[in-house]
Amino acid sequence: MQPIIRVKNLGKQYRIGAREAAYSTLRESLVETLRAPLNRLRRNGASDDETIWALKDLNFEIMEGEVVGIIGRNGAGKTTLLKILSRITEPTTGRAELYGRVGSLLEVGTGFHPELTGRENVFLNGAILGMKKTEIESKFDEIVSFAEIEKFLDTPVKRYSSGMYVRLAFAVAAYLDPEILIVDEVLAVGDSTFQKKCLGKMQAVAGEGRTVLFVSHNIGAVQQLCTRAILLNNGSVVLDDSPQKVASHYLSMGMERVGERVWADQSQAPGDDVARLRAVRVLDRHGNICTSFDVRDPVSIEMEYSVLQDQDLLDASLYFYNERGELLFVSIEDLRAQAAGNYRSTCHIPPDFLNDGQIYLLAALTDEKTVHTIQRDIVNFSVTDSMDPQGARGTYRAEWPPGAVRPRLEWKVDWNPNPGPEPSKKVNDD
Amino acid sequence: MPKATERPPLPAMPVVIVEPTRFWVALDLRGLWAYRELLYFLTWRDVKVRYKQTLLGAAWAILQPLLTMLIFTLFFGQLAGVPSDGIPYPIFAYAGLLPWTFFSNSVTGSGNSLVGSSNLITKVYFPRMIIPSAAVTAGLVDFAIAFVVLIGLMIYYQIAVTWSVLMLAPLTLLTTMLALAVGMWLSALNVKYRDIRYALPFLMQLWMFVSPIIYPVSMLPARWRWVLELNPLTGIISGFRAALLGRAFDWTALGISTGISLALLVYSAFSFRRMEKSFADIV
Repeated sequence: MQPIIRVKNLGKQYRIGAREAAYSTLRESLVETLRAPLNRLRRNGASDDETIWALKDLNFEIMEGEVVGIIGRNGAGKTTLLKILSRITEPTTGRAELYGRVGSLLEVGTGFHPELTGRENVFLNGAILGMKKTEIESKFDEIVSFAEIEKFLDTPVKRYSSGMYVRLAFAVAAYLDPEILIVDEVLAVGDSTFQKKCLGKMQAVAGEGRTVLFVSHNIGAVQQLCTRAILLNNGSVVLDDSPQKVASHYLSMGMERVGERVWADQSQAPGDDVARLRAVRVLDRHGNICTSFDVRDPVSIEMEYSVLQDQDLLDASLYFYNERGELLFVSIEDLRAQAAGNYRSTCHIPPDFLNDGQIYLLAALTDEKTVHTIQRDIVNFSVTDSMDPQGARGTYRAEWPPGAVRPRLEWKVDWNPNPGPEPSKKVNDD
Repeated sequence: MPKATERPPLPAMPVVIVEPTRFWVALDLRGLWAYRELLYFLTWRDVKVRYKQTLLGAAWAILQPLLTMLIFTLFFGQLAGVPSDGIPYPIFAYAGLLPWTFFSNSVTGSGNSLVGSSNLITKVYFPRMIIPSAAVTAGLVDFAIAFVVLIGLMIYYQIAVTWSVLMLAPLTLLTTMLALAVGMWLSALNVKYRDIRYALPFLMQLWMFVSPIIYPVSMLPARWRWVLELNPLTGIISGFRAALLGRAFDWTALGISTGISLALLVYSAFSFRRMEKSFADIV
């Protein structure tokens, strides 16, 4: 069978900082041109220290009808790959052959203009995405009803609620009809209803036998949608396999985990004259530093800090975030007044409490008036679901809903084998 | 929702090949043609948004050359007594300001267009030339509106229309080409060197003074006229006046203008293509 996408030795080199402050002034450029030959002599022709390879030597083939998830942490090269395949940016080396029309969706609502009405934006956005006017006209009613904005068609989109805006933007893109669809993190926007709608639409697209490339941080979505996944790290393919295998490999990769943060030199430690944070650690049930847990494991977070002056009030607190940056919960040490000295306090999270995913911690030392220090993303760890029926999941096998936590709670069940016509009423036993 | 359909077999040759480009890049006129509707929609957006956001809307297209003409007539025509080849100074100035305003607005809009469309450039693929081109075609709409005033002026001064007006079409095309050439090139440079944005208004101001808008070419000594004619706008502006007022065309000057404009357009298009590969990375 012939592949629909063939990528050979694809590489992309960026100058360091090229994405932030790349544009230069003429003066700099002139000075640079004058200096360049000298520099080149001095550096002996090696200019690698100023550049990074966002992608290096990528090789893979994608067959028609495959739905491929591209995963990897930030900076792994996922977006660069999509941008090269969508012809937004050019590779430095290698080539990619695409045997079909490409539609790419790196953002919803690209080119939407706030002053234009919903109707006008549908046409503008459609044209930007590469649709013909006649094509947009024929799909117009469907787009509008998918977006559920019939009443506001002739209202400028600047008056739309953000939900309406996103729905309309996605609807236009959803009716794009290319052979190869490239989607980047679109599902990361909007509310959960919208995300479901997107996922449903993506599944429908995949079901039509179209080829889809889907970049996401959301491992769950990749597992749900894709037939294959490619894991990128530092611009290279680490693993190209089934979504389940790739997802578990990704979650077990220790590279992005920080299970311990220690400041040996007190003067460098975050904090002020009153309190300084000395260390934060993620510990398993045996007190060892650990960064990957099962949902059924207990997790302990240890904080060490120094109080430099006696305090009437000082709180050490931990904020728990998931990979989408949502605050899951906060826990505050219940020791309030603190005499000067070194402290080690440990917060115990019971087994069967955290949901699966990445957990990022923020540690803070505060009192009611002053923030002594706040340290974001100080440590992090992953929680994976082993599908153990003893856990909160029980015998439920489908994907667990994305709640903040997944506590195992007690359920009391009464069973009556002879159901009456009325629901049973609560009777007072005593 | 699109129906599930039996998909045709894949083509034998790739539809798209993505690879690093060499120094000279083909113009990809076929790609441009495929996206011609986008040019229309972007032009339409520019015009529509401008008229929606501004209080005076389309009146701006008229006010700009009209007020400039009145000021010029007062200071240069009346007070300074600048000659106007025997044509009433207001119509002399307006016939020059008409192509000039179009050119200057188009080049300014076009020059800033890429930088202003960074959200498009980093998120969607389409031939990048569409963006500066749309800014020029949007200028054409204003040009058409401003033209109405000229018709009024011609009626007022009872200037007879001759067959020469037919030359307006090729002259407009020539102005568009020149504006596209300059605007496109500056827009690409602007992505890399943000100095362009600040240099543009100054450049346009200088360019106006070296073009025969306020004064006629005949004001210069004959042996120095060729210097002025190196400016492609010289031939164009004199051409506009000749076409509107039924004067003789200076074919040499027009020929020079056409030659320079075409050469600039070709150079600008190729150099744009060469620079465009880095747009998404640095814009």
